[in-house]
Amino acid sequence: MTFSANFSLVLPEVVLAVAALVLLVAGAFRGKVGPIFTLAAVAALIAAAATAVFGPHGHAFNGVYAADAAATYAKVAIYLSSAVAIVLGDRWLAQRGDQKFEYAVLVILAAVGMGVTASAGDLISLYVGVELQSLALYVLAAMRRDDAKSSEAGLKYFVLGALSSGLLLYGSSLIYGFTGSTHFSQIALAAAHGGTHGTGLLFGLVFVICGLAFKVSAAPFHMWTPDVYEGAPTPVVGFFAAAPKLAAMMMFARVLGDAFPASGDKWRQILVIAALLSVFVGAFAGLAQSNLKRLWAYSSIANVGYALLGVAAGGEKGLQSMLVFMVLYMVDVTGFFACLQALNRGGKSMETIQDMAGLVKERPGIAVAMTAFSLSALGLPPFSGFWSKYYVFGAALATGDVMMQWAAVLGLVGSVVAAFYYLRLIKTMWFDESAGAVDAPSPSARAVGFAAAIFSFPIVLVALMWLDPAAKAAAAAFGHA
Amino acid sequence: MIGLLSLTTFAPLLGVVAILAARALNGASGKTDTLAKWIALVTTLVTFGLSIVLVAQFDPKNPGFQFVEDIAWFAGLHYRMGVDGISVLFVLLTAFLLPICVVASWKSVEKRVVEYLIAFLVLETLVIGVFCALDLILFYLFFEGGLVPMFLIIGIWGGKRRVYAAYKFFLYTLLGSVLMLAAILAMIAIAHTSSIPALMTFKFAPWLQTWLWLAFFASFAVKMPMWPVHTWLPDAHVEAPTAGSVILAGILLKMGGYGFMRFSLPMFPNASELFQPLVFAMSVIAIVYTSLVAFRQTDIKKLIAYSSVAHMGFVTMGIFSGNATGEQGALFQMLSHGVISGALFLCVGVVYDRMHTREIAFYGGLTSRMPWYAATFMLFTMGNVGLPGTSGFVGEILTMTGAYKASTWTALVAASGVIFSAVYALTLYRRVMFGEITNPQLATITDLDTREILIFAPLIVSTLVLGIYPNFVFNLTASSVDALVGAWRAAVGG
Repeated sequence: MTFSANFSLVLPEVVLAVAALVLLVAGAFRGKVGPIFTLAAVAALIAAAATAVFGPHGHAFNGVYAADAAATYAKVAIYLSSAVAIVLGDRWLAQRGDQKFEYAVLVILAAVGMGVTASAGDLISLYVGVELQSLALYVLAAMRRDDAKSSEAGLKYFVLGALSSGLLLYGSSLIYGFTGSTHFSQIALAAAHGGTHGTGLLFGLVFVICGLAFKVSAAPFHMWTPDVYEGAPTPVVGFFAAAPKLAAMMMFARVLGDAFPASGDKWRQILVIAALLSVFVGAFAGLAQSNLKRLWAYSSIANVGYALLGVAAGGEKGLQSMLVFMVLYMVDVTGFFACLQALNRGGKSMETIQDMAGLVKERPGIAVAMTAFSLSALGLPPFSGFWSKYYVFGAALATGDVMMQWAAVLGLVGSVVAAFYYLRLIKTMWFDESAGAVDAPSPSARAVGFAAAIFSFPIVLVALMWLDPAAKAAAAAFGHA
Repeated sequence: MIGLLSLTTFAPLLGVVAILAARALNGASGKTDTLAKWIALVTTLVTFGLSIVLVAQFDPKNPGFQFVEDIAWFAGLHYRMGVDGISVLFVLLTAFLLPICVVASWKSVEKRVVEYLIAFLVLETLVIGVFCALDLILFYLFFEGGLVPMFLIIGIWGGKRRVYAAYKFFLYTLLGSVLMLAAILAMIAIAHTSSIPALMTFKFAPWLQTWLWLAFFASFAVKMPMWPVHTWLPDAHVEAPTAGSVILAGILLKMGGYGFMRFSLPMFPNASELFQPLVFAMSVIAIVYTSLVAFRQTDIKKLIAYSSVAHMGFVTMGIFSGNATGEQGALFQMLSHGVISGALFLCVGVVYDRMHTREIAFYGGLTSRMPWYAATFMLFTMGNVGLPGTSGFVGEILTMTGAYKASTWTALVAASGVIFSAVYALTLYRRVMFGEITNPQLATITDLDTREILIFAPLIVSTLVLGIYPNFVFNLTASSVDALVGAWRAAVGG
């Protein structure tokens, strides 16, 4: 394959990397961020998404990098979500007189890293993508340098993230040692003909799964999530909960679907246990939270559990369910944090459940939107969260595997426990007396929140007619590394 | 394509749009509230009109689904609607009760009127949708979606312990429903279709039927509600505003019975036969036990709520008797209970609006001050007891006859429930209505006004008409019920 052919396959990431560097230089020289700067960053992300959609499919650089339907699907969602994060974060920081040009650059760099992991066809490209993404995210968490909580969040995220990267790397080295290759396709061949080195390979696989579980914040590797979510700036949390989660689930799908498709009996039980633990940790620990950002951290842990159930179901149906799940979840969580960002009382952010008391009288639109997100997270039809659960549990029950079926039933029961805290938020907003006037929300945050709420219902009912085949095509691309 | 059924189902949503438009144009004011009430009333009346057209055009000889609409959706799902003899009357009942609810709330609801009416209209769409949906997932959408408006109705416009009652209602029902969702997903995975008519003829393996039946049972038994999962109902009823109680008792409980007839019996016939003794036992316990509990209540609404549980015991008993008499009786009992219990809750609302208490001990001797009210309350009390000539009688006698054919003992014990219901209902009537007025606060209480007479008139008429000429119902339901029973007999080889 010629260099230009390879190059055309990685074009989305090249576009973004170049944009990041140009913006970095421009920012460094000009020093301040104007609307054109933000617009350029958003345009770069949209251009990258378009390049991914319309670009050719194939394997670049001897299979290190895969541009297939799955990568396209994930990249479109990741890049668009990053673009929204740039707009929201820029406004949020500007409101606090803390606007920084680095913000947009870091989000784009994180997006490049996520794009690389989504396209990874090799353990090394996977690791490079993970690190690029993670390092950018650590800094984003600590974006507000003067805020002790934000710095704390960044530090915690960094230390634990470094640990998980270590686990990932150690697992990768074991896999390389026992299969003789870092290529997913070669690993798949070696794993299928297992033989004598099966145990060592299994150790490597377990380490890799643990490392990825850290990244995706699945229990029992979830401890960092609530602290980081609480401390990091609200729009950054909205970003954390959306795009990097999809990227991390894509890593699961890449490693398990491309490199270990035939070892399902080995990794399935690990995933099921992690999934159910996540669902129940998310449900029960969430009951005790009063801070909404912490609450949504536990909610995201529970949701990751559901998505992992889809991965554990495996095959085209399971991976499709995970892909649909993650995109629907991303829209919801972005909308929720946009609403949260829009709400301020006397210049201070409203972050506890009690702050939301009687919100429906103060800001009916935002209250209705947040109700929609809560009901959606609860999995109540006809909101999008129901459809994501419909896919995941449908895939789990369709496997015909008794363990998966019981896991699905337990997962559904866990969702009832979690229902309590979503209802508590709705109750506080609708039933309680108002806790005082709310500042006028910023137009961009409110617009994003409303758009996401309308997507959650009713647009989702139409959007699924398009999302379903797209995710199906994407899921079919796994296993051809 | 889009036909009469979709129109009937979604007509209330047009009212919601109109109300929102009125709110946007006028702002929040008393004028907007009045306008919203009129819009809601017109919308519900139009929906009722549509449902009458539906029943008039319904062909009673056809046992299958009619007015079928089918639009392919995604991933093999369909937007599929249709009614048969079992469901068409529930559509009518829902559309019939909603205008009454709107009028009943005309004065008693003062805060957040617009939201209140929107909640009711959305609820109407969802409930009618439940009875019309012919696709499992579509059914589940409507079935579960109804939780939200009801949660808000109880939680915002309810009484003192409204928050507790709203949570209890929501979480109880949700737990039952997610198990049903698991069963629904499993059925779709196995049968590769979500079409209800197709699944009604699909033969699931008997061992699988057992699990699926239990999962559906978890949901419908809570909804019904059956003893011992009925405890959410008294709380929800007591705290809900009057119209909320009417909807809850009149329509939402019927979704459980409808579910048994639409899913449990035709789709899992062997499991239904297997669990028949269990359902019978739970039914007669409900009839006897909750009747006794009702007798001990000090709150009028709670008493009626417990009596609802007892009456639903007759329904489940009739449904699982597995013969046409029992099924017809169960269907009839559900319709009749929808009218009578709705009317009884409205009766409570009348005195509650005036005195703001539902304590039985507070009242007494109302006959002298409120003769019209006393007469109305008497009629519905008699209907609740099952006096011949009222609709309550027909349902009880048929379910018991049906159960007698299946199990003599069940019918025998259930029959004692008729006596118990007379005991608590007549005691309630005596304590509230008869005697001298001893409470000075009651000295100035006024009789029914025109609005209230307008509310009760259609309910009185339908109670008597159904009681005197029940064939109106049976003509519509007979062929579908025969088909249901025939299929069941064929499947269990009885």
